[in-house]
Amino acid sequence: MPKGKAKEVARAETSSLALQLSKKRRITGDAIFANLNRASGIAVIALLIAMIWFVLSEATPSLRHYGIFSFFHTRWAPSEASLASSSPNPYGIVQFIYGTAIVSIIAMVISVPVGVGVALFISEVCPKKLKKTLTTLTELLAAVPSVVYGFWGIAVLVPALRPAAGFMENTLAKIPGVGGFFEGPFFGFSILAASVVLSIMVLPTVIAISREVFSTVPRDHREAAIALGGTRWEVIRTAVLPYSRSGVVGASFLGLGRALGETIAVTMVIGNSVLGISWSILGQGATLASVIANEFTEANQPFHIESLFVAGFALMILTLVVNVIARVIVARMGAATGRAS
Amino acid sequence: MTRVRLVTPLLMVVVLLMAACGQIDGLSDGSQTGIEAGEGQICGLNSSPSFAPSGIEKLDGGSNSLSGAGATFPAPIYSLWASEYKKATGVEVAYQSIGSGGGVKQISEQTVDFGASDAPMKDTELSKAKGGPVLHIPTVLGAVVPTYKLKGHGSGLKFTGEVLGKIFAGQITRWDDKEIVDLNPDAILPSLPIAVVHRSDGSGTTDIWTNYLTAASPSWVAALGGNDKSAGKEVAWPVGIGGKGNEGVSAAVGQTEGAIGYVELSFAIEQRLSVGWVKNRAGKFVQPCIATVTAAAQGAKIPDDLRFSIVDADGPDAYPVSGATWLLVYENQTDEAKAKTLVNFLAWIMDEGEMTASTLNYAPISTALRDKAVAKIKGIKLNGAPVAA
Repeated sequence: MPKGKAKEVARAETSSLALQLSKKRRITGDAIFANLNRASGIAVIALLIAMIWFVLSEATPSLRHYGIFSFFHTRWAPSEASLASSSPNPYGIVQFIYGTAIVSIIAMVISVPVGVGVALFISEVCPKKLKKTLTTLTELLAAVPSVVYGFWGIAVLVPALRPAAGFMENTLAKIPGVGGFFEGPFFGFSILAASVVLSIMVLPTVIAISREVFSTVPRDHREAAIALGGTRWEVIRTAVLPYSRSGVVGASFLGLGRALGETIAVTMVIGNSVLGISWSILGQGATLASVIANEFTEANQPFHIESLFVAGFALMILTLVVNVIARVIVARMGAATGRAS
Repeated sequence: MTRVRLVTPLLMVVVLLMAACGQIDGLSDGSQTGIEAGEGQICGLNSSPSFAPSGIEKLDGGSNSLSGAGATFPAPIYSLWASEYKKATGVEVAYQSIGSGGGVKQISEQTVDFGASDAPMKDTELSKAKGGPVLHIPTVLGAVVPTYKLKGHGSGLKFTGEVLGKIFAGQITRWDDKEIVDLNPDAILPSLPIAVVHRSDGSGTTDIWTNYLTAASPSWVAALGGNDKSAGKEVAWPVGIGGKGNEGVSAAVGQTEGAIGYVELSFAIEQRLSVGWVKNRAGKFVQPCIATVTAAAQGAKIPDDLRFSIVDADGPDAYPVSGATWLLVYENQTDEAKAKTLVNFLAWIMDEGEMTASTLNYAPISTALRDKAVAKIKGIKLNGAPVAA
């Protein structure tokens, strides 16, 4: 047999073998891939359940000792805890829930309009050359570690806010109805400072998602608006914004999710007052996350650690509730604007 | 046009960043040892203590590593000791600074060779220790100092325990309050509200500070609702801004005109903060420094188990807001190699380590305390027989 022919035969044999093998492989490969996927999916759910279970079981001794409802008051004073007595419960957490909520809400009030504005600028107004740079810069904001934001809060923001103290204490505080939110004295470290730091931290989330949403607005909508003689503002108002509403709400809630759990930057500027609710945003407060960060390492009072886990559990529930609400709202708005098509 | 429009915001960003950089000062490493003595004070350059040799001989056949965990306050000196000890003997000492509470927990659970705590273990904690009786070995002393920010006022404002107690209880709220002015007749104090700053995390620093206020200020005790609630690593602060860690407190004080807070002495010296002088039992306003802290240990009564307190101690130059930190070890060891290394290391601390304490602005223990600590180390046993030779 000539050498060439032998080679050809051999090649044909190997190629058909390869075909068979690859078929087999594809089938086993598919199976492996499918199972891997399934396993990862299950693992994520299992992990979440395990975490909730762990936090709850660590909190149980305290919940048993004091009773669930006794945690709903506004005084947190571990130094008054004792093994023997279960009433009054020294570990009230309502002020932390309030603190977490108010700080996040103010942060959103500041960052959503600014974030949407920045996103509109990037997607609608800004010259093409700058687009990439600006996008990268806003994304870099997300890469700054939160402890650095805390530093910035202490070193720049707090001194910068202080000159405004007089205006807030003397003018805003006199407005009937809302004046109570601006009562002094204002020392800089406050709920307000924490909210401003947070608002900058959630900006990149709001900007990035809003930008994505704006880019999905169909060409036809824009062109229709332009054809009707709309100015740039009118195009944005009548074509871009209505189409993107549910997406922007979704973006805000994702930002809110980050705000609720943010710990170290908030701890550094909020002033950490755990003994009650300060209705004034110029006063000191605390959040569920900040009290845990502050007290976990040296929690050695009776039921102290266990009560911190109660706070942790409350934070988990709060985040869960906010996420569910967000999903419901986004789904409803999506249906209302006919976005699904 | 567009270019000009964009340049202005960019410039503003740059200016903001520069402002940020300009604000963060005082982070330099101040490795000077000792501070200038005030008038009539015994402070000055630090010197090493002169101790007689402990007489504990180095044992052979030990393990080549030790693990410890606990207090954060002495962590810098412990890591210096660990690195020097490794250079001298090759033994690796791994110390995790997780907090005093964690140190007590870990030694009780026998997961480390030694624990460390800024407060002696309570009887209830001792009874839970799985390895039997725990020995307290004092290593270095520290102090807590009032620090403030007032334009035109450096270190040296004078305070009594009662006045500090009233300030921290929110009963004295302005700097020109008569009670502060009376203590500082020469100083011109501004008419400013006092911003109280305290620790927001549980801490040995707060423990020493509140123990002092409890000992020296009836107003403080009354405001907090009794002795059992007015002292501890964490108390229910009636007023004030909470800062996390010494650096959190000093940042809040530094940024707030009219603020007063409390920090560790070594931290205050390194950061060159303005610190107050505190009146002691002998009636003298004492400048906080290493010499006056050691003087407090000399004036204190020391019980046999070495679970002592040097807060509000006697002695003409004793700085009253002082405290100690301890290593926690089991009296009865079970592993021969570990026991030998542990005794070697503790003896090395007493002979060599104490000499370097003041380089990091910790006060070495007093001679009397050191003798008692050496006796404790000699009392460490392996299967009933003393380890040390």
